[in-house]
Amino acid sequence: MKSQSMVMLRRNFKHIARNPTSVFNAVLMPIVIMFMFVYMLGDAFNVGVHYVDYATPGLMLLAVCYGLGATATSVNSDMTKGIINRFKVMDVSRGAVLTGHVIASVLTNLLAIAALVGVAFLLGFSPSASFLDWLGVVGMVVLLGFAAGWLTVALGLAAKSPETAGLAAVPLVLLPFFSSAIVPAEKMGQGIRQFAEYQPFTPIIETLRGLLNGTPSAGQAIAAIAWCVGIALVGYLWARSTFTKRA
Amino acid sequence: MTSSAIAVSGLRKAFGDKTVLDGIDLEVPAGSVFSLLGPNGAGKTTTVNVLTTLMKADAGTARVAGHDVATEAKAVRAAIGVTGQFAAVDELLTGQENLQLMVDLNRSNSNIADLLERFDLTEAAQKSVSTYSGGMRRKLDLAMTLVGHPRIIFLDEPTTGLDPRSRRTMWSIIRDLVAGGVTIFLTTQYLDEADQLADRIAVLDQGRLVAEGTPDDLKRRMPGTHVRLRFTTAGELDAAARVLADATRDDEALTLRVPSDGGTKSVRALLDRLDEYSISAEEFSVHTPDLDDVFLALTGHTTEVVAK
Repeated sequence: MKSQSMVMLRRNFKHIARNPTSVFNAVLMPIVIMFMFVYMLGDAFNVGVHYVDYATPGLMLLAVCYGLGATATSVNSDMTKGIINRFKVMDVSRGAVLTGHVIASVLTNLLAIAALVGVAFLLGFSPSASFLDWLGVVGMVVLLGFAAGWLTVALGLAAKSPETAGLAAVPLVLLPFFSSAIVPAEKMGQGIRQFAEYQPFTPIIETLRGLLNGTPSAGQAIAAIAWCVGIALVGYLWARSTFTKRA
Repeated sequence: MTSSAIAVSGLRKAFGDKTVLDGIDLEVPAGSVFSLLGPNGAGKTTTVNVLTTLMKADAGTARVAGHDVATEAKAVRAAIGVTGQFAAVDELLTGQENLQLMVDLNRSNSNIADLLERFDLTEAAQKSVSTYSGGMRRKLDLAMTLVGHPRIIFLDEPTTGLDPRSRRTMWSIIRDLVAGGVTIFLTTQYLDEADQLADRIAVLDQGRLVAEGTPDDLKRRMPGTHVRLRFTTAGELDAAARVLADATRDDEALTLRVPSDGGTKSVRALLDRLDEYSISAEEFSVHTPDLDDVFLALTGHTTEVVAK
């Protein structure tokens, strides 16, 4: 018997397949940004290591964020066009409708990151991660994808229109620039530096960086996982209550 | 109460300090068509949202298919189908895939090919819904609603924004559904639509039912058909107003509104009378009552007031 979740997930896959521009945006933009920083600007930064090795973990996070705009827009168009109401009246479970969007979002993230890492290798990326470290990287990315996915689904449900839903995801795209993704936080100005040090993306990036260097840091990893679980929980609860209330 | 498909009493709903439903009572016998008539903002969609379990009322009770909408939502949902104000179809899928989605989610045995055929969508079945016209989307929406074999169907403004031909198609589809024994709860802002389809009509104004009855009952309470005459000068208007004592005048528009049944005999008598006094009107038209007239008659204000 086909479960409702599978039916919904298949619908989300068809959407992605038929709306390739959103996938291109999610996959190509991080690669373009990688070329920009590594080729054009990379020599200007002195980060102590080969710049592509420094930037790749941060760009992986950026790649997750770039996929979110499409998720927010598609959730919102389901909401504002009455499709979610139709599902609600049909007694399709809240879990099935929303989880379909989150899983599709995570899979888009993984696709974008695979492409990005592939290009990074072409640019001379040479991580010293062991197999276990790589598993850690994948786990971190999936966890981040789920957390950001739930928050984005909540944003999409709450927004008035698909346009505002797309805009609501913009801060998530900008946030990596104010972290240690592109340059180390200690090189930033007062104020921004403190923000960069304490915002959630920094421990996530440092965790990825540690894993890829083969020198994982337990402290950063715990902070990263705590942030992800927290964000996922807030996103999930917010999405759940908006789904129930909004008609 | 077994013969009532929908029974509502004392339904109230407010958004913040804005009261949208101010104590609604209504009863819809099974197998009939009930129409909720009202302008934008009267509370029609809110009523549908409450009855279809999408929204919780602040007070009052509503039973749909014998089940309480607040406490037995699951049982209500199993019995109803809803076609909302905006066609809730998936634009990135084809017509066929939209129906397949409904079949999979409902675990229904509906035959997709039959539904496509019935709604005249067979040819477009493999095309993406984003290429469909407004009328085709509404038809697909309704076909998707029928997949679950609902006994009670809520249609929220099913023809708003459709061209006249698509409206007629939609009407005939609705009549077929009724012939099949389905109960229909229809909201509309068109008097002619309610008149064409409904067994009973309730008029909703600012969250209150201001009138309820058969279409004929309501029409008896409305201003009759009238003739409108427009003149070129105020002098002519004065002269005509003296001759036609029962007319109401509008000095700004230079028009006279003369009660009339619209038949040839009475119209000829009216024109003869003007001719007798050598008065000629610039423009002549026969008006049948519309929603604005109904509202003016039933509430003392036009639909415009409500829209604000």
